[in-house]
Amino acid sequence: MSSKLDIYTTKRRGRFSNFLFTSVCFLATMTCVLMLFVLIWNLILQGKDWLSWDFVERFPSRFPVKAGIKSALWGSIWLISLTALFSVPLGVGAAVYLEEYAPKSRWRKLIQLNISNLAGVPSIVYGILGLALFVRALALERSVLSGALTLTLVVLPIIILASQEALRSVPDSIRRSAYALGATRWQTVWYQVLPASLPGIMTGVILSLSRALGEAAPLIAVGAMAYVPFVPEKLTDEFTALPIQIFNWTARPQEDFHHLAAAGILVLLIVLVSMNAIAVFVRHKYGKKIRW
Amino acid sequence: MITTNIGKVMGLLCLAIGVSLIGVGCKGESSNSTDPAAKKAGSEAEPKAAGGEKLAGGVKIDGSSTVYPISEAVAEEFRTVQPDVRVIVGFSGTGAGMKKFIAGEIDICDASRGIKEKEAAACKEKGIEFIELSVAFDGLAIIVNPKNTWCDCLTIGQLKELWRPESDVKQWKDLNPKWPAKEIKLYGPGTDSGTFDYFTEAIVGEEKASRADYTASEDDNVLVTGVQSDENALGYFGYAYYEENKDKLKLLGVDSGDGCKKPSLETVRDNSYAPLSRPLFIYVRKSALERPEVVAFVKFYLEQAAALSKDVGYVPVSDEVEKANQDALKGALSK
Repeated sequence: MSSKLDIYTTKRRGRFSNFLFTSVCFLATMTCVLMLFVLIWNLILQGKDWLSWDFVERFPSRFPVKAGIKSALWGSIWLISLTALFSVPLGVGAAVYLEEYAPKSRWRKLIQLNISNLAGVPSIVYGILGLALFVRALALERSVLSGALTLTLVVLPIIILASQEALRSVPDSIRRSAYALGATRWQTVWYQVLPASLPGIMTGVILSLSRALGEAAPLIAVGAMAYVPFVPEKLTDEFTALPIQIFNWTARPQEDFHHLAAAGILVLLIVLVSMNAIAVFVRHKYGKKIRW
Repeated sequence: MITTNIGKVMGLLCLAIGVSLIGVGCKGESSNSTDPAAKKAGSEAEPKAAGGEKLAGGVKIDGSSTVYPISEAVAEEFRTVQPDVRVIVGFSGTGAGMKKFIAGEIDICDASRGIKEKEAAACKEKGIEFIELSVAFDGLAIIVNPKNTWCDCLTIGQLKELWRPESDVKQWKDLNPKWPAKEIKLYGPGTDSGTFDYFTEAIVGEEKASRADYTASEDDNVLVTGVQSDENALGYFGYAYYEENKDKLKLLGVDSGDGCKKPSLETVRDNSYAPLSRPLFIYVRKSALERPEVVAFVKFYLEQAAALSKDVGYVPVSDEVEKANQDALKGALSK
C-alpha cells in the first residue's frame, strides 16, 4: 500500500518502481523466449543428423536408420485438410448466427456459455466422444474420417469464439451505414462485416488448426494406429499422425529412436510455423486494407 | 472503407484447401500407379507357385505396447514378402486391445499377459474363438543406481515386503539391517500397464496389489532416468530397457529359493529367472483365419518371431513352445 502512495508522492520512488516493473515484465518475457530457445536448440542438437529428405519419404521401421515419417506426415495432412473443411464453415457459420442474427435471449446466453466451456474441455474427452459417436455409432471405423471429425469437435468451439471476437471488433457504424444505404441484412453481413472480420477469423482458424495438428490423445482414443506402412488414399483408410509417431518413438528403449522423435518434432514444428506464417501473412495483407 | 473482396479471399481459402487435397490425391494416385504393376506381376507369378501367391487385404493388430515392437518388426518384414497386404499395428495397451478384440474390431491382439477369465468369458459370449500363441519371453529387471554398493540381490520375500500394499519399508535398512539408513525411492510402471499386472501377480501374489507411494510412469524411459539420477532408487521394468541403458543402471539378481539369478537370455528362456520372466502372447481370432492373408501373416509371424524378438530386445521362446504354437495354428486351420 505504502509503495503505491510513494509513486505519487516522490518522483524518484516512482522512477524506481517503473524500472522495477519494467524489469520484471522483461524478465517474464525473456523466460518464455529462453525456454522456447532451449527446447528448439535441444531438438536441433538431437534431431539434426536424422533429419533428411529420406526421413520424410520413408515408412516407419524397427531400424532407426531406415525409419521415416511418410505415413504420419501424410496422415496429418489428410487430417488437417479434412478438419479445416468441416470446422471452418460450421464454426464461422455458428459465429455469424450468434453475433449477427440470434436475438438476445436467455437461450443465446446459454449456448454462448456452453461454447465457452466446451473450448476448455480436455481433448481426450472429445476422443472418447469420437470413439462412441463416429467409430461405433456411425460405424465409420478407425478411419481418417473419424479422426478428422473428432478433431473438428476439438477445434470447433475455439473457431467459434475466435470468429465471434473478430465479428464483434467490426464497428457498429459499418453495419448502420450499410443499412442506411439500403442494404439487406444478408448483404451487410456478406459484403461488409465478414470481409472486415476476415483477418481475425483466419488467424483464429489457423491457430486452432495448428492445435489440432499437435493433438495425439483424441486420435489414440479414436483408435489411430501406430505402425501404418501406407499413405491414406480414401476417407475410410486407417491412418497415423505425426504426434502419435513421435509419442511411439519416445517410448522406445533405444536411444536412436529418441533422436528420430526429435527429428519428427522438428518436422511438426516446421509445419506449424509455416501454418502460423500464413496466419501472419493473411492478417498483414488483408488487415491493411481495412480502414475506418 | 473496406476494399477487401470476400469472394477473393474465400476463393483463396478454397484454393488452399483444394491444393492440399489434390496434393494428397496425387500422392494416392502415384502410389496407386505402382500397385497395378505389382498386382500384374503377382497374377503372373500366381500359377507358378501356389505357396508364394500374392495376397491382398489387411490384418489389424492392436494391444500391448510391450509386444508392439515385435509385431511392428514382423509387419515390416512381411511387407517384403506380401507388399499388397496392409498390416497395421496399434499400441493401446493389453486391456484396451482385448476390448477391441472382444468387439471383433481387430484380427490379432498383442498381450503382455495371459487372457483374463473375464475377457475369455466375454469372447465366448460374443462367439469369438481364438488361439493363443506365445511369441517371446520378457524378463522384468529389478534395477538400482550404479552408486548403490550395498545391494546386489533381493529375495522374493524382500521384494514382496517392499512392494506390497501398505508396506512399512521406508529405508534400505528395513530390508536388511546391514544396509544404510537411507530412504528407498521407488520407481515402477503405471497401473494400466501389463508389466504392473504381471509384477504384482508374481511378487505380491495378487494382481494390481501394490503400494502406491512410488513414482509411476507408463513410459519406461522416465523410470530409467529416475533411477539413474537417484542414488537410493530402486525400480522395475522390462529387461529390454536395461539392455539399452546398461552403463547407467545396476541390475539386481532375484533369489527365489535356489540362489541369486540375474535376468539374461539364458535364465529368462529356461525359466530359471522365475517368477519374473513372462511370456508375451498374440491372440488370433479364429474367424479371421478364414482369410488367406491372415493365415500367411500368422505363419510368417511364428517363423520370424525368434529372430525378430531378439532384434527388438526380447528373448525367443523355447523349441517346445514353438512346437506348441505350430500345433495350435494347425489345429485351428484344420477345422
